[in-house]
Amino acid sequence: MYDAPILGDTVDQKTTKISARDVQVYYGDTHAIKDVNVDIDSKTVTAFIGPSGCGKSTFLRCINRMNDTIDVCRVVGDIKIDGEDIYDKRVDPVQLRAKVGMVFQKPNPFPKSIYDNIAYGPRIHGLAKNKADLDVIVEKSLRRGAIWDEVKDRLDAPGTGLSGGQQQRLCIARAVATEPEVLLMDEPCSALDPIATAQVEELIDELRNQFSVVIVTHSMQQAARVSQKTAFFHLGNLVEYGDTSQIFTNPLDERTQNYITGRIG
Amino acid sequence: MSAGLVILAVVAIATVGFFVGRAKSLSSAGGDIRQLHSLPSYYGQATFLFAAVPALLVTFAWLILQPMFVASQISGMIVSGDIVEGASRTLVMADVRRIANGLDVAVTAGKLSETGIEKLNTASTDVRALLAGVGVAVASDVQQNILAAAKEFRTLTSTLRIAMAVVAIALSVLGLVVALTRIKPEYRARNVSEQAVKALLILSSLVAILTTVGIIASLVFETLHFFQLYPAKDFFFNLTWNPQFTGGSDLGFIPLLWGTLYVSFVALVFAVPIGLFVAVYLSEYATNRVRSIVKPAVEILAGIPTIVYGLFALITVGPLLRDYFAQPLGLGQSSSSVLTAGIVMGIMLIPFVSSLSDDVINAVPQAMRDGSYGLGATQSETVKQVILPAALPGIVGAILLAASRAIGETMIVVMGAGAAAKLSLNPLEAMTTITVKIVSQLTGDTEFASPETLVAFALGLSLFVITLGLNVLALYIVRKYREQYE
Repeated sequence: MYDAPILGDTVDQKTTKISARDVQVYYGDTHAIKDVNVDIDSKTVTAFIGPSGCGKSTFLRCINRMNDTIDVCRVVGDIKIDGEDIYDKRVDPVQLRAKVGMVFQKPNPFPKSIYDNIAYGPRIHGLAKNKADLDVIVEKSLRRGAIWDEVKDRLDAPGTGLSGGQQQRLCIARAVATEPEVLLMDEPCSALDPIATAQVEELIDELRNQFSVVIVTHSMQQAARVSQKTAFFHLGNLVEYGDTSQIFTNPLDERTQNYITGRIG
Repeated sequence: MSAGLVILAVVAIATVGFFVGRAKSLSSAGGDIRQLHSLPSYYGQATFLFAAVPALLVTFAWLILQPMFVASQISGMIVSGDIVEGASRTLVMADVRRIANGLDVAVTAGKLSETGIEKLNTASTDVRALLAGVGVAVASDVQQNILAAAKEFRTLTSTLRIAMAVVAIALSVLGLVVALTRIKPEYRARNVSEQAVKALLILSSLVAILTTVGIIASLVFETLHFFQLYPAKDFFFNLTWNPQFTGGSDLGFIPLLWGTLYVSFVALVFAVPIGLFVAVYLSEYATNRVRSIVKPAVEILAGIPTIVYGLFALITVGPLLRDYFAQPLGLGQSSSSVLTAGIVMGIMLIPFVSSLSDDVINAVPQAMRDGSYGLGATQSETVKQVILPAALPGIVGAILLAASRAIGETMIVVMGAGAAAKLSLNPLEAMTTITVKIVSQLTGDTEFASPETLVAFALGLSLFVITLGLNVLALYIVRKYREQYE
C-alpha cells in the first residue's frame, strides 16, 4: 500500500509556520547553503530532497539552531518561526529546541530505560507536576510513537536493547514528548528495514495532525508517499519548492526533472 | 676462549651462511626467482637460523650448567675439617671461587706464571698476602686443601670453556652444512623464517608472564616462610605494629592497612572531583585552542617524579597544614600527617583521573549529545544526565586505576605522612602505609631469616592482592562499558 505515491492529498492548512529569507550557511570557508528562501506550512509534511551533500540536512539543522554546536558553522539570513526571528540574540537556542524537536538519521536512544528516555524532555522542561503526570505523558508519547504496545510491559528495559526500527520510533516518541510545534526529521528511515520504514512513515502521516513535520530524505518514493510539499536542493541552492504532486509530475526546473528521473544524483 | 668470542664466532658463521644460502638458492633455481618457493633472502635467513640457533642455545645452556657441574666436582675435595665453625659449605665454595679468581688476576698482572701456580704451596708462600697484592681480598689464611681445590677449579673451568667453544662452533658449522644441503627450489624457506619470528614473539610475551609468575612465586614462598616463624592470625588481626630487632615484635598488619586505605581515601577525595571536573571542562566546554594547551599542562603533573612531590609535601604542604590547621585547632603538632600525604598524592592523581575520564567522555557518541540538545536540554543538563551516566563505567575504571596507584605509592607517604604506624581517625596525625614499612623493614643490615624482615614479603603479597583485585575490577568495568557502543 506504500508503493503508490499519495499524490492526491490536499493541503488544508495554508498558514506559514517557518519562513526563511536569504539564508546562507558557511562551514569555515565552504559556502554550504546559498540564498535559500522557503515558507513551510503548518500541519504539513514538507520533504527536502536532493543528492548527497546538497545542504538539505544543513538547512534542516538551521531551523532548530543545532548548527550552533558546530564551532566552524556560521548562519546568515533570517529564519522566522511564527514570525519570530530564531537567530535573534534574545532567543535562547535551548528554548527554541524545546519548541522544534528533532529526530536523527541514526536512532540515538540514551543508555537509559525506555521510560527515562521518554521522560527526559518533560523532566528537564518541568512539564510534569508529579509522577502520575509523567506516567501519563510517557504513555501518550509512546502511543503517538506507535510503540506503546511493544514496550508497555518493559518500560524499565534499556532503550538501547530495542531493535533499530523500535529505537527510531522511541526517538520519535521522545521528541513528541516535549510537545514541540515543529518536528524535524533528518533521514529518519535510512538505517531501517522496509517494514520499520513503513511503520515510521505511517507514524509521520499521523503526526501531521498536530505538528509541522520537515523531513530530509534520500528516497524520492518516501518523499512522494509522506509529504504534501517538497523542496529540491542542489549544490546548496533551493532549486524548486512546491506541492509534492507538482514536483513529481510536472517539475518546472530542468535539474529537478533530471534528479527525479535519475539522471543526476 | 671467552663466551663472548664464541657467540661472536657463531654469529659470524651464521652470517656467512646467510649469504651462501641466498646465493645457493638462486643458483639452484637456475637464476629464475619464480622457480623458488620463497624469495632468496628467506633461504639465507633459514640458513642463518640453522647455523646460529642450536649453537647459541647450547652455549647459553652450557654457561648456566658449567658452574653447577664444576661446583659438584670440587665440593668432593673439601672435607668437613675445612669447614670452619659457624661457616657453611657454600661459604667455603665461595672462598674457592674467590681464590681461583685471584690466581687468574695474578696471572694477568704478571705476578704468577702457570707453572708457578702448579708449584704454589701454602707452606712456602703466603697465598693470602699474594692475592691481597693484586687486589683480591681473602677472608682467612688459605689452607692447602682449599688451594688445591682452587687450582682444580681453574683447570676444570678452562678445559670446559675450550670444550664449549669447540662444541658450539662445530654445531654451528654442522647446522650450516645441513641447511645448505636442504636448499632446493621447493624448500619452504619463508615458512621456516616466519616460524622463527613467531617463536620470538611468543618468547617475548612469555618473558612478561613468567616474570609475573616469578614475582608472585617468590612472594608466596617467603610469605609462607614468614608464617612459619610468626602466626598468621597475629599478622592479620593484631592491632599493633611494633617490630623489635631483638625479637618479640608485634607485627600486626591492621594499622598499616588502615594507614594505606586512609591516605589513599584522602587522595581520592581530593583527586576524583577535581580530575572529573577537569575532564568535563576539557571535553565539553573548552575550545580546541584551550584544550590543546590545558590537557598537556595537566598531564605534566603525571610526569613529575614522586620524590619531588614528596619534597613538596615535606617543605610546603606539611608545614602549611600544621601552622594554619593542626596547631590552631589543637589537632596535632606534626607536619607529617595523613592529610599532607593525601593532598599531595591527590594532586599527583589528578591527571590519571582527568586524562582517562576525558578519553571516556570523548568516546560517548556525538549522537547522544545531539539527541539531548535536540530535545532542548542545556549543556549542563546534557553533561549531568546523558554524558556522565553513559561514561560512568569508564570513569569508575579510571578511579579504580588511580586508587591502585595511590595504594602502591611510597615516596610521598614517607615524606608526607611519616613512619609511625598508628590506628587513628585524626587526619592531622602522622601515620604510615604498607609500602613505607616494606622499605623500612628491608633497608639496612638485615638477614632474611627473622620474622621482622620476612614480614616485608607478607606485606608485599597483601598489597599485591589488593591492587590486583582493584585492577581486575577496573578492567571488568571498563570491558563491560565497551560492549555498549560497539
